[in-house]
Amino acid sequence: MKLMTLVKLALQAIRKNKMRATLTMLGIIIGVAAVIVMVAVGYGARSRIKEQINNLGTNMIVITPGASTQGGVSQGAQAFATLTIDDVTKVRAEAQYVTAISPVVVSRMQVVTPQGNWRTAINGVDTDYQTIRNWAAADGAFFGPDDVRSSRTVAVLGRTVAQRLFADNEPVGQEVQIGNVPFTIVGVLAPKGQTASGTDSDDVILVPYTTASTRLSGKPRIPQIIASAGSAQDIPAAQDEVRALVREAHHLTQNDDDDFTVKNQNELADAAASSTNVMTLLMAAIASISLLVGGIGIMNIMLVSVTERTREIGIRLAIGARGSDVLTQFLVESIVMGVIGGAIGLLTGVIGAKVLGHFTGWETAISPLIMVVSIGFSGAVGVFFGYYPARKAAALNPIEALRYE
Amino acid sequence: MDDVVIQTNALTKTYESGSNSVHALRGIDLTVHRGEFIAVMGTSGSGKSTLMNVLGCLDTPTSGNYLLDGVHIETLDKNQLAAIRNEKIGFVFQGFNLLARTSALENVELPLLYDRSGRKRDTKAMAIAALGRVGLGDRLNHQPSELSGGQQQRVAIARALVTEPALVLADEPTGNLDSRTSIEVMALFQALNEQGITVVLVTHEPDVAVYAKRIVEVRDGRIRRDAPVKNRHNAAEDLAAAELLPDDDLVAGPSAADAAAGGGASTEKAAAVSSGERSVA
Repeated sequence: MKLMTLVKLALQAIRKNKMRATLTMLGIIIGVAAVIVMVAVGYGARSRIKEQINNLGTNMIVITPGASTQGGVSQGAQAFATLTIDDVTKVRAEAQYVTAISPVVVSRMQVVTPQGNWRTAINGVDTDYQTIRNWAAADGAFFGPDDVRSSRTVAVLGRTVAQRLFADNEPVGQEVQIGNVPFTIVGVLAPKGQTASGTDSDDVILVPYTTASTRLSGKPRIPQIIASAGSAQDIPAAQDEVRALVREAHHLTQNDDDDFTVKNQNELADAAASSTNVMTLLMAAIASISLLVGGIGIMNIMLVSVTERTREIGIRLAIGARGSDVLTQFLVESIVMGVIGGAIGLLTGVIGAKVLGHFTGWETAISPLIMVVSIGFSGAVGVFFGYYPARKAAALNPIEALRYE
Repeated sequence: MDDVVIQTNALTKTYESGSNSVHALRGIDLTVHRGEFIAVMGTSGSGKSTLMNVLGCLDTPTSGNYLLDGVHIETLDKNQLAAIRNEKIGFVFQGFNLLARTSALENVELPLLYDRSGRKRDTKAMAIAALGRVGLGDRLNHQPSELSGGQQQRVAIARALVTEPALVLADEPTGNLDSRTSIEVMALFQALNEQGITVVLVTHEPDVAVYAKRIVEVRDGRIRRDAPVKNRHNAAEDLAAAELLPDDDLVAGPSAADAAAGGGASTEKAAAVSSGERSVA
């Protein structure tokens, strides 16, 4: 029989039992729809995270202390504060691919003005910070190299802090007390929004790192150094260069492991995205189980169908159908059932993803590949679970099949 | 040999069920020539069903030879048997065995879809022609549920004819029909036989068998009697005679018909069982 005839036959058979076929396909429909929604949302989440990480800065490289081995024991990142301002100076002086570099000295402190008080992060940074993070002052100005060199008590407020401390008043030119030290506010940063992990980027005060280490924390070491490569292509070269220079500055021999870690922002993005990958994988597993259950449903209904249609099979065999003809007929039927279920599931999934995206504001994306794969997979489920019933139908004895009541 | 459709030689069939074996056929020698109309008769358990299954290539004999239209059946495998059934045999069953919720046309077309010889091209036209032959040219798109029993059986006969088989094998074709419709169906078989089609009819009803040309009686797996039908009935004439009678008498009344017919009784047996109108020979 021709394939078209077989497909027509299969559709006829399915149409004869619409309700039953629909219920049977439900497992496949739910499975495929779940896969589509999960992949769409997962993809959206990943691209959102990537975007947020890119928002961190321009061609950014992050150097953190740690990941060192002390006497054979791996210490993990940031176990020891091994970075110093000398590392920054050396890289700034000798690196070719690094266009900007700034230490980041972090502490949390209570800040007070006559209008209010707030606890926030105080980041001691260099003037390059605004270039690396692509983050300029919206009001007033960023502090200059002189302020850094002279450890002046000047501060640039993040948008959130400015609102908390001054409400609607103009903060630039006023004073804020950080710890016990009065600082003059020289600027307010442009708003940057939330980070990938959901914290508020604008809840911060930037001060010269020299001031931060001498007047505030007194810490001689630096928890983080950020730098910018000249261009995206330069990032790997810049990373290698920074690594070599910092090793040199730390007097590490060839046999020593790095006592610091150099990462670029893409690696940070991947690390952040890996958590969503785990979620996607988990959802895919659940969806696979649904497809499996759907497949078993198809098998069950096909077995019932073969029993119900024993006489029909007998007639077909008597008038000259081969076992293989009957096998193909029932196999095509279960494949068609799987594919229809897959198609309905795909449609449901696409609509579901769109609706979910609309109400949650998440970006969703559905690739054509996943559509093809999900339909193909549904068909494969049909083949796999339809084969046994089809085989049973094909093996019937025509005499007994004809006599079957 | 050319005009021999069926030739069996010492055909046996034994079913093994557990420790004991059932000898359904114990040596059947039967020759059927082209254009014959044979009634295979026998009570249940006589082996006639087994014989019909073997002749219909639905089953293979345990021993012996079976030559159908020049082909040695006993040597064929399952797929070859399927092809033989498709090309050389047209089946008509007691229960019509049409596909439900499938139009008459599609039912008749069905055997052609399983044809592997590639000879049958315009399957739809062939199916329409076959339905025309059984007088159902105006019922092409009716489903079995929309047709009477007699019409359904005629669709089944059209399905048997559509492949132009060497042999039409009818298994109790009138078993589910009332007597008037039975005669109609037998009239159709007789008409087709007149056109040269070889018909083998399996029945336990003597009053159906009288429309055949030859009766083969099977008992205990052997042919007990093989003789031409004396006083063969013409179904068309029987029908014409029946037209004169009220419907009730078709089924029940022997007396009026006897009077009308002037008692041209056929065989003892047939006359005893046959209803009145059939005795018009």
